Amino acid sequence: MASTQQFCTFFLDGHVFGTPVPKVQEVIQHQEMTRVPLAPQVVSGLINLRGQIVSAIDLRRRLGLEDRPEGQLPMNVVVRTNEGAVSLLVDEIGDVIEVEEETLESPPETLQGFARQVVRGVYKLSGRLLLALDIDRIVDLSDLNKPNGTGEF
Amino acid sequence: MDEIVKDFLIESNENLDRLDQELVKLESSPSSKELLASVFRTIHTIKGSCGFLGFARLEKLAHAGESLLSRLRDGQLMLTADITSGLLAMVDAVRQMLSAIKASGQDGTEDYADLIQHLANLQCQNARGSSGLCEKATESASTAKEDPKEVALPLSAAMEVNELEQADPSKIGGVLLERGHVTPEELAAALRQQELGRKKLGEILVERGAAHPEHVLDAQKTVEIRNPDSAVETIRVGVNLLDRLMNLVGELVLARNQLLQYSSSRQDAGFLAVSQRMNLIATELQEEVMKTRMQPIGNVWDKFPRTVRDLALSCGKDVRLEMEGQDTELDRTIIEAIKDPLTHLVRNSIDHGVEPPAVRQEAGKNTTGVLKLRAFHEGGQVNIEVSDDGAGLNAERIRQKAIERGLISAQNALRMSDRDIFNLIFLPGFSTAEKVTNVSGRGVGMDVVKTNVEKIGGTVDVQSSPGKGTTVKIKIPLTLAIIPALMITSGGDRFAIPQVSLLELVRMDGGDVGKGIEMVHGVPVYRLRGRLLPLVYLNRELQLVNTASIKKGEDSATNIVVVQADGREFGLVVDEITDTEEIVVKPLGQQLKGIPAYSGATIMGDGRVALILDILGLAQRAQVISARDSALMEKEKDGATEKSAATAGHQTLLVVQCGDHSRMAIPLSLVARLEEFPVSAIERAGSQEVMQYRGQIMPLLRLSSVVAGTATPVPGAGTEDRLQVVVYSEAGHSVGLVVDRIVDIVDEKLVVQTPAERRGILGSSVVQKRVTDLLDVPSMVRHVIPGFADLPSGDRA
Repeated sequence: MASTQQFCTFFLDGHVFGTPVPKVQEVIQHQEMTRVPLAPQVVSGLINLRGQIVSAIDLRRRLGLEDRPEGQLPMNVVVRTNEGAVSLLVDEIGDVIEVEEETLESPPETLQGFARQVVRGVYKLSGRLLLALDIDRIVDLSDLNKPNGTGEF
Repeated sequence: MDEIVKDFLIESNENLDRLDQELVKLESSPSSKELLASVFRTIHTIKGSCGFLGFARLEKLAHAGESLLSRLRDGQLMLTADITSGLLAMVDAVRQMLSAIKASGQDGTEDYADLIQHLANLQCQNARGSSGLCEKATESASTAKEDPKEVALPLSAAMEVNELEQADPSKIGGVLLERGHVTPEELAAALRQQELGRKKLGEILVERGAAHPEHVLDAQKTVEIRNPDSAVETIRVGVNLLDRLMNLVGELVLARNQLLQYSSSRQDAGFLAVSQRMNLIATELQEEVMKTRMQPIGNVWDKFPRTVRDLALSCGKDVRLEMEGQDTELDRTIIEAIKDPLTHLVRNSIDHGVEPPAVRQEAGKNTTGVLKLRAFHEGGQVNIEVSDDGAGLNAERIRQKAIERGLISAQNALRMSDRDIFNLIFLPGFSTAEKVTNVSGRGVGMDVVKTNVEKIGGTVDVQSSPGKGTTVKIKIPLTLAIIPALMITSGGDRFAIPQVSLLELVRMDGGDVGKGIEMVHGVPVYRLRGRLLPLVYLNRELQLVNTASIKKGEDSATNIVVVQADGREFGLVVDEITDTEEIVVKPLGQQLKGIPAYSGATIMGDGRVALILDILGLAQRAQVISARDSALMEKEKDGATEKSAATAGHQTLLVVQCGDHSRMAIPLSLVARLEEFPVSAIERAGSQEVMQYRGQIMPLLRLSSVVAGTATPVPGAGTEDRLQVVVYSEAGHSVGLVVDRIVDIVDEKLVVQTPAERRGILGSSVVQKRVTDLLDVPSMVRHVIPGFADLPSGDRA
């Protein structure tokens, strides 16, 4: 029997992404956010998670996808990282699914840019592909040393 | 690790800290019996406990120290610096052994034989009497009386003691007997043995196998409790627990804020009453929990007498440490954070500040330097000052060093005030120490002091006067967790401004806006009681709204929050000022750490998040803080006063002659220097005569040609192979006014009689009974050299 792993899946611009379940602290519906001026564009704002202040990163922007259509409220996938909890904004939450490690393939050579660095691999599910994300790489924004605006810092 | 050993470690470490202080105190009053007894007791306790616990090496060392001390106590020895150093070295060695015990459970492999020998030698060193007597004394010292509680009496009194010990339940033997841990026979035997030896009763009992070490320690504690003066009213609580408690209270305060907001929107009297009560309790709880984490600053300072003593000794200086306000309380986290910076400042003061005794004597000062630590509360902040009465900072040398190291440009250096120059010592990589000592002078340190203090929201400032000393002032908040803040709104978002940065609030209604805010070279300023306050628009700085919509005088009302950062003031223009509130500071995620404009975030009463503005970071971003601006402003202010004074007041004037007969007067306060140069020093830059002066190119103006109207300069007319030059400086730029002769310096009440018809002349007046033209130097210089000193105000050129 091949080893399996549980993945929490979510949708972004029609694509299916996923991260191992133990990485996910919780999934919550859309929260009111406080924007952070001067912050990198991918940081949509701060949310109050039961008294804890958590940065929300817009995964669409982080992965270089188009912005969410106006009026569509994102969901929060709160993930555990070394630096504490971070919320990832996604379009929609999918099921928790079990994937077999054998179905994992490395991302296609043609995948370029930042996505290449954060997509750890592709699981071939029946009828669709699941892109496994490297969460720690995603929440580390040090590659974006130029925040929105002047780029002075 | 064994509980007993753990307790022993904690207690011993505390005892050692006390020993450090007491030994240093003892040095200044060597005859104090009380201090000696206390020091003796402390070492004795440590020695005694190691005996039970089987740390033989440690015991041996403590014993050596104890013997030395007992001779001091008995008056057979006088305390000298050597002895104190020896004893302090012993304290350090004990400390090392304790950490070895903590790490491995064993008292290390080092037996400190040298140190023990040294301590023994010290006993003999200045003994009163021959060396033979000394040996005898050493021996007798080892059998000397130990603890007042367990006095070794002559044999004849043994029975009495026996009875006393058995009858008295406040003695260790009595307690053990009472509990049945020893038999009366064993105790009696042990007591008899005690008469003969130098050991403690408990030790003897353990050695004889008559009592279990645990029981003995237990009994010792009971004795302490039964003794009324050692009764304990405190318990030890882990710091983690207190931190957790503090976090929970923080959460409670947030919940309370939310509850209050919710209850006020309800028409329910009962609910309102309950939530009010809840409010009070939460507030009180917050205060009390805060108090549990408060520690007197003395806890940090206690280490300094020793540090100062050792350092002063190794630097060959004489320093007295004075402390004031030891009981000023601070949050634990802050105490931790300022420990290192303070130590560094103290070291610095001794190493660089206080001069060697010989130098001090020459300067007419007391040979003993004074290092003063002062702490006090003021305006919700704690002020800590470290001052010495040493040589003070040398502004010139700092200026040069800073230029040498490329920390500032030569041009900047000249226009910086002394205060700004002093603060350069906080730049990384700065050190003026001529020689690097192992104490300081490596150029790391002062910048670390500043960063550490600023990290906890504090500020550092240095003041110094040559020959009189240096004072470093640190201001820090009482606590970091919950702070009062002003809530403001800008661009539709709420922000919190910590109250510590706040000076005042200014509101201008529609009509006044145009009048109040003026532009200096495109930079908005506000006239606040005659001073020019640079303005920063929060909307623009944070790019909250389209900057195009911010125009001068467009809004119906303007709110200016006057804040200060790093000792500089500026006005923050915000859309709306809401309220003041106690906020709980929460850290920002690592993703946002790089933005200097925020120091954290907080959760408001409605559950939403608001950012806390970091005024210092904001000021740096807006470039409000730069030495140049403020220096300019000050100059401008000075210039203005000069001008008005020149027309009316009583003034000191420099009277010069130029041209054939005309006499001119320049306010002396505008004169930087009077110089004499050889004519050959004149060079040319275009049509302008210039010369090299202090690393700058200084333009020369011939007063006679500029003002007096003499058409041609008069080079080499007769005796003139030397030039008389009056140097005028503004904002770091100098210009040389060439005059024919410097006549005099006079103090005159000026009455301007003839109004000016020439440019650069304020008017004429009678000075020393002769008609004299009053020069308006700034305007004259600008007339000849437009844009001189690059002043932003265009009205003078």
